[in-house]
Amino acid sequence: MGTSVLSRRRFLQATATGAGVVLAGQKATADVRRVGPWASQYGERSPFDKVNRTISGNLQHESETPQQALSGMITPSSLHYERHHAGVPTIRPEEHKLLIHGMVEEPKVFTLHDLLRFPQASRICFLECAGNGKHHFKSDEKTTPQRLCGLISQSEWSGVSLSSLLREVGVKKSGSWLLAEGSDACLLTRSIPMERALDDVLIAYAQNGEAVRPEQGYPLRLIVPGCEGSMNVKWLRRLEVSDQPFMTREETAKYSDPLKDGTVRQFSFVMDAKSIITQPAYPLQIEKGWHEIRGLAWSGRGQVAGVEVSDDNGSSWHQAQLQSPVLDKSCVRFGLLWKWDGKERLLTSRVIDSTGYTQPSARELIAIRGKQSLRYHNNTMTTWRVQSDGQVFYQRMD
Amino acid sequence: MWARSFSLILLFLLLMSSTSSGSPVPEKLGIGFVPSPELVKAWDTAIQPDGRGLPPGKGCVTDGQRIYVEQCQVCHGISGKGGQYDVLAGRLAENLFPFAAESGHPKTIGNYWPWATTLFDYIRRSMPLLTPGTLSDNDVYALSAYLLHLNELLPESACLDAASLPQIEMPANKRFVPDNRLETSAVR
Ligand code: HEC
Repeated sequence: MGTSVLSRRRFLQATATGAGVVLAGQKATADVRRVGPWASQYGERSPFDKVNRTISGNLQHESETPQQALSGMITPSSLHYERHHAGVPTIRPEEHKLLIHGMVEEPKVFTLHDLLRFPQASRICFLECAGNGKHHFKSDEKTTPQRLCGLISQSEWSGVSLSSLLREVGVKKSGSWLLAEGSDACLLTRSIPMERALDDVLIAYAQNGEAVRPEQGYPLRLIVPGCEGSMNVKWLRRLEVSDQPFMTREETAKYSDPLKDGTVRQFSFVMDAKSIITQPAYPLQIEKGWHEIRGLAWSGRGQVAGVEVSDDNGSSWHQAQLQSPVLDKSCVRFGLLWKWDGKERLLTSRVIDSTGYTQPSARELIAIRGKQSLRYHNNTMTTWRVQSDGQVFYQRMD
Repeated sequence: MWARSFSLILLFLLLMSSTSSGSPVPEKLGIGFVPSPELVKAWDTAIQPDGRGLPPGKGCVTDGQRIYVEQCQVCHGISGKGGQYDVLAGRLAENLFPFAAESGHPKTIGNYWPWATTLFDYIRRSMPLLTPGTLSDNDVYALSAYLLHLNELLPESACLDAASLPQIEMPANKRFVPDNRLETSAVR
């Protein structure tokens, strides 16, 4: 400690004299350097980095992650997508409580202080809005990856495993479903099967190492890996055990899938495997020669097993490299070195997951489910057209 | 007998190894406290499809219409149609269910909602959009009755309470099926 203070003082003296030398010097060199600001309490990104979320929706209730500008597998917390039903509540952490009750031996309330006493669990997983992909069949060629696929993001989430809290209250034999309720103005609710709740669900108080961001559920968010965003209830305040699903609006009128045979598929919350090329993509213009085709791939069913890329509209496919690590129910960035010959090309990617599920093309999934059904849970491939002038455009394939 | 005590000792050592104090880890850590009845009562508001959770009270179509005009119409339109936000009313013929393939058909309460109880639960917890929590239980019964009436599921003279609301048969109920995608790796 002592030496570092000393050396810092000496260093300051040295810089002061140094500056004097420059001022008094005969010729000013072009290499004058300025000492920058010193340490700060909370870091900011470079003022030259202007990458942002785009806000959308009739109530401005969504914001989209700029996929084309990001690297690796973690989405910075500040760029994690948002989808709100009643805005972001302001919650004082010391006042927040989590109530677990219903069909349990002993109902309990936990404060944040209580939750911090339990063993901590962490995992990296993606969150994806069920509506990620709703713009696919109504967008023109001037559409970015951010617009087409901005409602998926990935963080490391840390907190308490739900199973340890359920052990604490003692779930009764009849308890087969769990209602999760947020403390936003609309008190959003979703039902979760008990089997799933006891498996890998987390009550997260941290995101990427620091407190969960307010727009992501501060101070507590339910994390149900691989499942649609709305199941991952933000601002979590209550869990109620029952012997049936509650049939809330968000699992009946919304987030359900009408099928062509006249039925409605319900509780289809596990997100199927999906991938998208994030570059080259609109609005890039590329030059002839070597490029890395890069993108994101994930599956809510398990792990990404492989990603294939085609530059000829699916006639031939080439295995892409996966960056590491490749984790269960998480996003991975893929890449494939590719030499562009100046001819018009159609670039597409498709993912295969650890269960053998292969991402479908738009036509394939539309034939199975119907185009309007794909307002939710649209995991079809995305195609980019590279024109002979190098300009890249979104190519609708429905 | 020996084998049993041996495995007990093993278990004990295993548990010991994860604690620093040497106390074995019990099944419950005893963290958290028993909630006050007031807290549970204030938060225990979710309604289940069989009607569990519905509060006492009652409301009729005519009252619902009055409240709707005052508090809902500005966003949801006259008689639940043509507003800025979600269309709440409208019926297709019972044999029609074009939502997978055709655009332009709003998923109204009468066409698409499988349970009437969801209506009470959602209005009480989430509406009106900017001031949720301001409606009385009687108001919510009345609004549910009015919206069901607009969807041709209740006569104009009807009233609803905890006993009658879960009895209403929603046309789309029979169409809802559980997810079957995960049984196979084929695309469904
Ligand atoms: C300020 C505008 C506004 C007002 C006033 C309003 N709503 Fe809404 N309502 C909305 C919006 C926006 C949604 C969609 C919310 C969402 O998806 O999260 C909605 C959704 C609904 C839904 C669900 C529709 C569906 O198909 O999922 C019902 C039912 C509803 N409102 C009833 C009411 C009632 C009853 C009132 C009056 C007490 C009311 N609303 C007042 C804006 C409003």
